[in-house]
Amino acid sequence: MADSEAPRSGFRAWLDHRTGIDSLLRHALDEPIPGGAKIAYVFGSGLLFLFLSQIVTGVFLALYYVPSADHAHTTVAYITKEVTGGSFLRSIHAYGSSAIIIVLLLHIIQTFMYGSYKGRRELVWIAGCVLLTLMLGMAFTGYLLPWDQKAYFATTVGTNILSEIPWIGNGIKELLRGGTEMGTLTVSRFFVLHVFLIPAFIFVFVAMHVYSFRKAGAAGPVGADPIAPKLPSETFYPKQLVMDMGFAVLIIVLLGFLAYLWPTELGPKSDPSDTQFLPRPEWYYVPIFQYLKYWQGSTALLGILVIPGIVGLLLVGLPFFDRSLERRPWKRPISVGIFTAVLLGLAALGMISHHEDIRNPGVAAQLQAQREATRAFMIAKFEPELSGGSLAAENKALANPDAAKGKEIFEAQSCNACHGDNGVGTAAAPKLIGIGKKYDAAKLQALLLHPTAKMTAGGMPTPDLKDDEMKQLIAYLQSLK
Amino acid sequence: MPPVEIVPQKQTENPGRRSFLAGLLAAGGAAVGAILAVPLVRFALYPVLARTTEKSWSDVGKVDEFNNLTAPIQKLVTIEQRDGWRKTIKQQPVYVTKDPQGALIVLSAVCTHLGCSVRWVDAQNKFVCPCHGGMFSGDGKLLGGPPPRGLDQLETKIEDGLLKTQYQFFRPLIHTKEELA
Repeated sequence: MADSEAPRSGFRAWLDHRTGIDSLLRHALDEPIPGGAKIAYVFGSGLLFLFLSQIVTGVFLALYYVPSADHAHTTVAYITKEVTGGSFLRSIHAYGSSAIIIVLLLHIIQTFMYGSYKGRRELVWIAGCVLLTLMLGMAFTGYLLPWDQKAYFATTVGTNILSEIPWIGNGIKELLRGGTEMGTLTVSRFFVLHVFLIPAFIFVFVAMHVYSFRKAGAAGPVGADPIAPKLPSETFYPKQLVMDMGFAVLIIVLLGFLAYLWPTELGPKSDPSDTQFLPRPEWYYVPIFQYLKYWQGSTALLGILVIPGIVGLLLVGLPFFDRSLERRPWKRPISVGIFTAVLLGLAALGMISHHEDIRNPGVAAQLQAQREATRAFMIAKFEPELSGGSLAAENKALANPDAAKGKEIFEAQSCNACHGDNGVGTAAAPKLIGIGKKYDAAKLQALLLHPTAKMTAGGMPTPDLKDDEMKQLIAYLQSLK
Repeated sequence: MPPVEIVPQKQTENPGRRSFLAGLLAAGGAAVGAILAVPLVRFALYPVLARTTEKSWSDVGKVDEFNNLTAPIQKLVTIEQRDGWRKTIKQQPVYVTKDPQGALIVLSAVCTHLGCSVRWVDAQNKFVCPCHGGMFSGDGKLLGGPPPRGLDQLETKIEDGLLKTQYQFFRPLIHTKEELA
């Protein structure tokens, strides 16, 4: 270990002879930090910690998740509503993605303001830019996987934007979707990207990022020479490691509190036929979402390709354009000015988007309705999915002649227009599967004849039926399992 | 390329402070581990610890149709089985018969030997298992063959003139009736 150079005996020596672990640890822990440990340096390892936490929670979520359009939503609902600790872990994973974006921003701001990309640190910076892109890709692909309304429509919009890219845009969109439309192949593709491909690239680029960082050495405070710092140094262990650990504890405690107090919600299952749904991206994509609203028609190319291309090039090429070794931010007004302007611009776009949503009463009402639909779905008991092999048996259950006639009435009265075929439910009205368990025949009849205020408000009419027809309809409702 | 020049700091920290920091590290690691590990373990063990199949009542038929029963009659009951996040609706055969006192009982058709479905053979006036020849009387008592016990009786109730039963599976090959979760 760092505090001991003496040869060890016993198991430690045995292990060291075979693995060289002592020198590896010493190399890792004795990293010199010019000017000593500082709270400002905790963001990099904070990101590494968050990434590990995402891997662990993600692997466990995969114990129950099934990547297919048929089962994705059911399995996420199962995780959220049934499995012990499921809602908590899913929330840690979902909030963890937001935390990664926040700590990434802090890491980039710190690196930029400290001028820590200067002095032979081009590869550190470029690998970092790639990691930023990969993390945004993780957020984008992960968002679809629950396959609820907002996931479905946000990804529909997100992938449609790609088709604005000339020549190759449509090809990329269809490659991502696995066809022209969103469907079960899209879920598979996003799952593979989210769980296998992008993480593999993240591992590679984290290795490059950390290796090239260690090769160049820590840059130290803003006054230090980025190539040959003259300041007295302190080793990474123990003080900086304790600070990093403290930051990790802070992150996980905050995530734990958020996950416990405000668990991540799951909306109703995606319904492509819903024409009312207003998709809103996760908060970190809102500025881009708002920005894209301004570029339509002939200027789309400029807004979607040219400007982001220039900004991206400026960002990635920063250590090549800005070659002076001056690190103090007050001596670099131009680059600090542009950087701050871009950040403020993004923040302003986010706020404008928020205000537009509040100001437009139609939009605000629809968003409110969507929040209520989500809340209603979260309150509803978990409904297991009927396995394919059961359908024959279920149809046999319909062999009850009353229920079979009831089904005809259900369709003739257009109940299925809102409640869906076989009562599976739509965005307009709740599903009726399992309603026989909730209410007995008398209660069902009472509800049909005297709907509650909520039912009336939702547009539920009172069916005009003879007594025996009412009985048949109720028999059918009770057969919906 | 000139080598990166690092001026080492003078070691002024005493060993006590260093081990205090190492202790802090250990405590921090334990805190992070505990916050994640406890829910992770509970999450992974959920299917092992939770009871997934709920008992439910299935309709067997109208009581009237069994009143004049002279021999066991086979009925199919529809049961719902939970399998994680999905449910399967299956049909299982049961026999409606009478106990020596003449009360209606429902027997599982699953042979207590190795789980084949037994048949009522009118000519022999007994249940015969097609697999290994286990034999049971009309009220389910073991008459002979390899099974360790008689046919398993299912719980029943009568509601609105309907005979209902709670379908269950029982552990085979043992002398006592032990339900399987």
